[in-house]
Amino acid sequence: MGKLRLLFAKEGRAVYISHLDLMRTLQRVFLREGVALRHSQGFHPHPVLSIALPLSVGQSSRCEILDFETLEDLEGEELVRRLNRSLPEGLLARSCYVPVWPVRELEKLQCRVELLYDAGVRAGAAEAVKDLLSRESVVIRKRTKRKAMAELDIRPLLHSLEVREELGALALEAVVSAQNPGLNPALLAAAVEAHLPDLAPDFVRVRRLEALDKRGETFR
Amino acid sequence: MDKRLERILPRVQKPARYVGGEYNEVQKDKRDVDVRFAFCFPDTYEIGMSNLGFRILYAVMNDLPGVWCERAFAPWTDMEAQMRAAGVPLYALESGDPVGGFDIIGFSVGYEMAYTAMLNMLELSGVPLRSAQRPSLAPLVVAGGTAMYNPEPVADFIDLALIGEGEEQLPELIALYRRAKGEGWDKPRFLRAAAGIGGVYVPSLYEISYNLDGTVSAITPQEGAPERVYKRAVSDMDRSRFPTKTIVPSTEIVHDRVTLELFRGCIRGCRFCQAGYVYRPVRCRSRELLARYGQEAIEDSGYQEMTLSSLSTSDYPELAGLCDDLAAFCGKNHVNLSLPSLRADSFSMELMERLQRGRKAGLTFAPEAGTQRLRDAINKNVTEEDLTASLRTAFAGGWSAVKLYFMLGLPTETDEDVLGIAEMANRAVHTWREYASNKNRPLRLTVSTSWFVPKPFTAFQWEAQIPREEYERRVKLLREAITAKAVTYNWHDGETSFLEAVLARGDRRLCAVLEEAHRRGARLDAWSDCFDLNRWLEAFSACGLDPAFYANRERSRDEVLPWSTISCYVSEDFLWRQRELAYASVTTPDCRTRCSGCGANVVEGGECYHG
Ligand code: SF4
Repeated sequence: MGKLRLLFAKEGRAVYISHLDLMRTLQRVFLREGVALRHSQGFHPHPVLSIALPLSVGQSSRCEILDFETLEDLEGEELVRRLNRSLPEGLLARSCYVPVWPVRELEKLQCRVELLYDAGVRAGAAEAVKDLLSRESVVIRKRTKRKAMAELDIRPLLHSLEVREELGALALEAVVSAQNPGLNPALLAAAVEAHLPDLAPDFVRVRRLEALDKRGETFR
Repeated sequence: MDKRLERILPRVQKPARYVGGEYNEVQKDKRDVDVRFAFCFPDTYEIGMSNLGFRILYAVMNDLPGVWCERAFAPWTDMEAQMRAAGVPLYALESGDPVGGFDIIGFSVGYEMAYTAMLNMLELSGVPLRSAQRPSLAPLVVAGGTAMYNPEPVADFIDLALIGEGEEQLPELIALYRRAKGEGWDKPRFLRAAAGIGGVYVPSLYEISYNLDGTVSAITPQEGAPERVYKRAVSDMDRSRFPTKTIVPSTEIVHDRVTLELFRGCIRGCRFCQAGYVYRPVRCRSRELLARYGQEAIEDSGYQEMTLSSLSTSDYPELAGLCDDLAAFCGKNHVNLSLPSLRADSFSMELMERLQRGRKAGLTFAPEAGTQRLRDAINKNVTEEDLTASLRTAFAGGWSAVKLYFMLGLPTETDEDVLGIAEMANRAVHTWREYASNKNRPLRLTVSTSWFVPKPFTAFQWEAQIPREEYERRVKLLREAITAKAVTYNWHDGETSFLEAVLARGDRRLCAVLEEAHRRGARLDAWSDCFDLNRWLEAFSACGLDPAFYANRERSRDEVLPWSTISCYVSEDFLWRQRELAYASVTTPDCRTRCSGCGANVVEGGECYHG
């Protein structure tokens, strides 16, 4: 019996699995492996599983966090091995352990946003993007949950940024707020599109690299 | 992943269905593979992955060394538009490789409305639609499934059809293909040899001639093709493959659960039911094996729902025992057991009570017709007393949502039969008033009617579908006769059923119509949001054909039916006799009570029932 935390990656073909489908998939993975989970009480009991920060469909991550409770005492390393033989392609259990910090201490995310340019990166693009995102405020228009448009200043939610030019792409490595409120790193690309239309990318790839606490240390 | 694909996936709904990578997907090393089979389901991923036959054949083919069977489904309209715009051809989910480059493209076609999806998938693969436009051996285009008992409407597109249950002749066909490929045969030589495999129908080897009135005058086999192609069927279900380790989709599908196939065939002999005739005779899996398969499939998949599937599940001889075998395991693992098709009898009701363990999901019964006379005519051996008794048990047991299914337009139907449906509904409401244990929960009784579609290989294969105006008149008659507030009446829109009636008994001339309808945008006709009858009517007139000739014309006994090259072993004489009995409202006993000599016993090599 015990609370456990699973650190896992979501990559490749698995990036298209939606949050809801991921929950269902993980539930089945535990059942496949015969790992009994604690269930909620009530009329429709369901296993208590929670994913720290749901990832947008299409984004990849090497630092997803799932909290759950098993009915038996299980050894983390053994559980990682078992889960990995039952997970679909692209989902990879990295480690499993008894959590020390509550998820609310996960304050920041280190991410990589790739802006792809089929015709090559324009001269000066890296500097222009860096300048834009270093302004005091960077306002973008964003669709709210109610489907209305709202303005959002993303600048206060961006804590550090490096911009590198790569082959046919600009790579933004950023640290952003994780929650309350968090910043979806895809909005960095949206800001470029809105404010530097000449540098609107042909495609954007987003990847979560690391979960951080408020001091900027790795969150586990 | 293909870069172009990566770019379009964020723009479509439910992208997970287009990428594969699910648990238990079969991956093979291409260096070990010499025959690549693209197994295509001409409908969406959610529908295709819910099909048990598709899963069985996927397992059967991937069991073969050197063969890699991969899946492809019809993209939804948004995805299709993106694929076409980006120049992404249809690809197989396992490898991501374009379907057009496979050795064999095989379609699983369960229903006629999927024909245009089939053409669309070929087009999206960059493969010429017509067999005659594909001179080389690869890709070979084949099709199987229930709809292929009359493959004539797609005869010009496919190279060959597999008649029957597929797991029998597919390995033989693949072996022949491997030899042909190795020895460099040309396509005509391969097709001639393939026609020698039992259950393989090569349409291009049959010449069809027509009478002046448009009916078929003769079907002449060419180059040694057999006069008759008999279906293939598994004779021993305990030796047939049942995959317990099967793909678990990472996104929700229609039947997201373990489906346990108890038996094939049906003992009942409902005269309108194509499946009931073509899957004869009944062949059961043994109870021990099923209990084991059920447990293995649940353990491997992590599913928490299992359905016991067959044409008429309550006819499984040891159903109660099997449920007991499964119940202990299921209970311990919180797995819900369900029965899909329920007969209105007390045995089924008791079982239902036990399985549902307090949950009272809706109950569904299919009396099919409103009077005993008509039920006798169609050989649906359910009496009003059976139904009333079942409803009594249901209402007393706390059920309050019941669905009743009927057909309108059955042969010999009169207004009295139509009004009989309303009377049955009213009596059901009475039964609820008298017996419901909890009247605070209001009764929800749904009556649904569909428009009868005459199908090949049934006792009604010679019948005319009633005209659309007449169908609509009967719907109105019934709608006005259903007065009880607790009853909701749903009726099928007629347009789909009309086209289904045309395609089901179509001949080879319909290929041109299909091609034309597809050119005019017909795609996913099984989906009402995509279906447009006008498109089809225009295609018919462009081809100079009258759809009513196929749907609304009664055939005579001596007419050469377009599908008469094919046989499911049930003789035409038997079917005709069944039709005559229908007109006399005389029932035929079920196969377990007495054999009526339909001819299907050869599958079992003698008698269908022993002992
Ligand atoms: S041969 Fe007799 S028992 Fe067998 S399926 Fe036909 S009617 Fe039924």
